[in-house]
Amino acid sequence: MKAAAAAPIASEATAEQKRINRLVAQNGSSPDALIEVLHQVQEIYGYLPEAALSQVAQQLRMPLSRVYGVASFYNLFHLEAPAAHSCELCMGTTCFVKGASELVPLLEQRLQQQLDGPSAADGWVLRQVSCQGACGQGPVLVVDGQLISQATGQGPGLLQGQLDAAGLPNRAPKPSLGAP
Amino acid sequence: MLNSISPSLQRPRLRCCDASSCRSAGSGALLKALETARSNAGEAAEPLDIEPVGCLRLCSQGPLVALDRPEGSSLFGGLSAPLAGALVDAGSGTDNNSSLNDHAIDLEQPFFALQHSVVLEGCGQVNPESIDSAIAHGSYEQLRHCLQELSAADVREQIRRSGLRGRGGAGYPTGLKWDTVALQPPGPRFVVCNADEGDPGAFMDRSVMEGDPHRLLEGLAIAAYAVGADRGFIYVRAEYPLAIERLRLALRQARQRNILGNNIFGSQFDLRIDIRVGAGAYVCGEETALMQSIQGRRGSPRPRPPFPAQKGLWGAPTLINNVETLAAVPAILREGGDWYGAIGTDSSRGTKVFALSGAVVNTGLVEVPMGTSLRTVVETMGGGVPNGAGVKAVQTGGPSGGCIPAALLDTPVDYESLRALGSMMGSGGMIVIAESMAMPELARHFMRFNVNESCGKCLPCRAGTVQLEQLLTKFVAGNAQASDLEQLEQLCQMVQTTSLCGLGQAAPNPVLSTLKYFRQEYKTGCEPATAGPQPWA
Repeated sequence: MKAAAAAPIASEATAEQKRINRLVAQNGSSPDALIEVLHQVQEIYGYLPEAALSQVAQQLRMPLSRVYGVASFYNLFHLEAPAAHSCELCMGTTCFVKGASELVPLLEQRLQQQLDGPSAADGWVLRQVSCQGACGQGPVLVVDGQLISQATGQGPGLLQGQLDAAGLPNRAPKPSLGAP
Repeated sequence: MLNSISPSLQRPRLRCCDASSCRSAGSGALLKALETARSNAGEAAEPLDIEPVGCLRLCSQGPLVALDRPEGSSLFGGLSAPLAGALVDAGSGTDNNSSLNDHAIDLEQPFFALQHSVVLEGCGQVNPESIDSAIAHGSYEQLRHCLQELSAADVREQIRRSGLRGRGGAGYPTGLKWDTVALQPPGPRFVVCNADEGDPGAFMDRSVMEGDPHRLLEGLAIAAYAVGADRGFIYVRAEYPLAIERLRLALRQARQRNILGNNIFGSQFDLRIDIRVGAGAYVCGEETALMQSIQGRRGSPRPRPPFPAQKGLWGAPTLINNVETLAAVPAILREGGDWYGAIGTDSSRGTKVFALSGAVVNTGLVEVPMGTSLRTVVETMGGGVPNGAGVKAVQTGGPSGGCIPAALLDTPVDYESLRALGSMMGSGGMIVIAESMAMPELARHFMRFNVNESCGKCLPCRAGTVQLEQLLTKFVAGNAQASDLEQLEQLCQMVQTTSLCGLGQAAPNPVLSTLKYFRQEYKTGCEPATAGPQPWA
């Protein structure tokens, strides 16, 4: 399922619709299964395209408004295609009290974009996320799925090196390179 | 418990922590390297067992590996794959541990010595992916005992005698809740395990699910028998992929052995358990919202009564207990309710698991008798703030709790004492705050969390938390007026008394408790801008 391309589904509507129909059937075609079905649809597309929501509504015999209501309520459901690359800063309480917010200027400077702002032209997005469960290693960053731990304890130079290794672009103006 | 070896253990054994925290520190690669090193070592290492286990407690030193030998157990931390050879040599007795000396962790230190494992007795001992390992450690023995020898009322009697109270935070007596569900008019009933552990800094339930999932299933099955339910759900947050994976595996294994399903252990008792995965909504930890979510709806809370015990899932009586509560059940039935009731204090019996983190030397999981003082947990066991800096406060109860100042660290940890201080037990997150943290800023951190997580159904919570955050920002920036302080307090009262559910009612707690103990910092935030930079600016 994961291998499927996140392409628009209109061109192959029937095949895609069949796929969703199968998925709904596997979950017992019950309205209770809506959240589980949406998880699985999102696994296919990376987000919840509108056409897929309509198809789910039709198959579960419920109004689209209810499907949309659920899809928009939960934080982990995305109604738009996700950014290609992400740099996520954990703002769970442990990371916060260990100085995660001190990393914000460093990251904004490096990426030349704002925390929780729109994604850059090359697809990078910088956002804060809730607890990543690595409280023993805080504060932590997740760069395209790669965890960088104890990000304040090692000095900005070393951190920049780790960010380079993780593939995070460095767009900071030259003179301030390496400056804390 | 960490340094005990099961009596049947003859062979030396390496237990490699394979829970989330150690995995993020690289235990996956270490485990593979250990297995490779054992094959490379040939005959000498043949009798050595290598097992992935759940949390070994001291997360800040991860990845951790425990070594069991006939002469005793030892623990090593801060490991990496290149040390696998030395660990295998140590396990097979062909090495004097020299390269491991720097990695040895003293198991006699208070962090381990003062722990009292009941809920966590199997966590770090059993292989969470093996039902045989769980059964060898006694899992499902109490379920069998209940089904074959005890009536449902007998089981409830033991839980009542234990004095166990809900470990999700509110502390409602578990036995009473079980009785309420059991004594509803005849008809279908449900049991639900609330595993939507959403408080930031809380990872107790995750550790139980990742480290000893069969204990939770057994506790839930016993609860179902005790209240007469034949259908159960475990509602887990989606942010815990490893816990979900292990619970699903454990369920499959239990069904294959007919420990779940029909006519369990040859009795008339049937039970089907399903896992429901959340989708990132903190409010779903609230029980009425959680039930909505299980039924595939938006997680909107509703007023109580009726309580879920009367009208829950699909209108039927529903028992909802938290992970830690249910995980305590097998041990209570094994040792007896009176045994459990003798641990802890009069009003808060038994043990409590805390996730200790923040500005503290030893970050990790501790299980201590109720009534242990905060100082013992934070300073003696936790080792205090790194570099000898002072503790400013201890935050318990997450975004619904409060900050307890250093001067009150001798407070015993129990439901009533923490509430009297304006905080709460909560689910068990305990975050140590160092002197350098500005309290209005910490309060704003929690308020932002509540703003993001408010479900939007009732106005006081939806709009009140936003107003509170804006007011707090003024104090953080140092440009608040004296009237803002008054307004802050009034608004806190309003949100507290008029919100629909626990999320909104408790949202002002971090503000109120910091106002109570650190009022001066808010007053400093009120001074005119000419007063110069604030200490935290």
